[in-house]
Amino acid sequence: MKLVIAIIKPFKLDEVRDALTALGVHGMTVTEVKGFGRQKGHTEIYRGAEYAVNFLPKLKIEVGVEDGIADKVVAAIGSAAKTGQIGDGKIFVYDLDRAVRIRTGETDNDAL
Amino acid sequence: MLMALAASPAFAQAAAQPAKIDAADTAWMISATGLVLMMSIPGLALFYSGMVRKKNVLATMAQTLAAVALGSILWMAIGYSLAFTGNSPAIGTFDRALLLGMDMNAISPLAKNIPESVFMFYQMTFAVITVALVAGSVADRMRFSAYLWFVAGWLLLVYVPIAHWVWGGGFLGTAGVLDFAGGLVVHLNAGIGGLVACYLLGARRGYGTDNLAPYDLSLAVIGTGLLWVGWFGFNGGSALGANSRAGFAVLATHLAACAGVLTWMILEWWDRGKPSVLGMISGAVAGLGTITPASGFVLPWHGIVIGIVAGAVCYWACTKLKTKCRYDDSLDVFGVHGIGGATGTILAGVFAVAAVGDTAGLLEGNSGQVLVQLYGIGVTLAWSGAVTFMLLKVIGFFLPLRVREEDERIGLDVSLHGESLQ
Repeated sequence: MKLVIAIIKPFKLDEVRDALTALGVHGMTVTEVKGFGRQKGHTEIYRGAEYAVNFLPKLKIEVGVEDGIADKVVAAIGSAAKTGQIGDGKIFVYDLDRAVRIRTGETDNDAL
Repeated sequence: MLMALAASPAFAQAAAQPAKIDAADTAWMISATGLVLMMSIPGLALFYSGMVRKKNVLATMAQTLAAVALGSILWMAIGYSLAFTGNSPAIGTFDRALLLGMDMNAISPLAKNIPESVFMFYQMTFAVITVALVAGSVADRMRFSAYLWFVAGWLLLVYVPIAHWVWGGGFLGTAGVLDFAGGLVVHLNAGIGGLVACYLLGARRGYGTDNLAPYDLSLAVIGTGLLWVGWFGFNGGSALGANSRAGFAVLATHLAACAGVLTWMILEWWDRGKPSVLGMISGAVAGLGTITPASGFVLPWHGIVIGIVAGAVCYWACTKLKTKCRYDDSLDVFGVHGIGGATGTILAGVFAVAAVGDTAGLLEGNSGQVLVQLYGIGVTLAWSGAVTFMLLKVIGFFLPLRVREEDERIGLDVSLHGESLQ
């Protein structure tokens, strides 16, 4: 099993969700996060006072998947979240040791 | 019988000056009183709290609320009497302390068509918003207990004398100083008080280095809208009656606000590349504050000229002057109200039209009026500056004016009031 974590632009969430649903992914967790990469930040001006805003709002998606579809999931997120502009985000893939569905006690692939 | 009537003081007074309560005037003045109170709560409370950081929103609202509550009681107790009774050029009397002798039929010689209770209440709403305005300069750092002492002291020692001098029969009004609704008494006064206070308290921690961006400017936009509409009661009500002078005043007021918005917006767009919403609402308040002393003396279209000048000078004061002089007037009370109030007071002397307010200005050939206006500005500046300074020094002798460093860091909502926005 793999845990795929993707940092994406907030307005791309629905497209990513649709792409993953099409692959048979049944669930995901989304968190509002802030961060920066090559996009850096921007400047805000309030009555002449300039503030550099370094941390930009992004969404973090976490989704656990079977080994067999991990590459497809990464590719689907990659194409759905892509605008081609700087700041599109990143995808990280981790090995996932265990998974448990709390309601039924099912484990691992059955729990995903 | 006739002899007895003539000898009674009440009869003599009534005969000397025809004073009669007028229903329409009274209805308008009660409405105007409500409008001006709405400027403080929730108008100013929202305007100010939208511009501070999230951790100080409630503390900022508390300052306005406390100014209204404490200031109103003090005004009833003694403030009104000292500001608006008697004929002394310096200060009023104690004749109306605790509203003594103000019966149902009482009429102030300063407002002859409305009950004195309405006049007193109307003036009360001016006094409390002026004190509440000052708090914007020291937002995010003043200790609440020290602030309450400041409200009481400033209302009685700074606001009351100046209100008497200009409006209550004091020496500035006698000298012919034009101030229709409070360019001197309210705006310049609050602006200078705020400037002195922010110098004495020192800058917010992190000023110039940390991000002190506003928490929620949409609150400030709502607050500006309430201030804007409330200002029709502020300036229109200063005609003290439902009449065409009030009509001219509210029209000039609205036009000045519009011109202020557009001027600030265009200047910032040109200077900084983007027309900010904070800039637009700042322009509105600048226009409104600047037209205040002139409304009721000028023609409606003069409001546009005054609004343009207001937007330009206040933009300069808030973005250039403040940076140059390195004071942390957090919510720009001096830059908007102080500079705007002084500018408007001068412009009242320039544009005044005799047919509107019985006084001609520079454009109608009365060049001396501008000098009279400068005299009013000088006196207000000196008194407000000096007494604010001494008052804060005295309060500061007994208790710290600022919160402790860690309290400022975690925010005044939690440290002063035990609450926070989630």
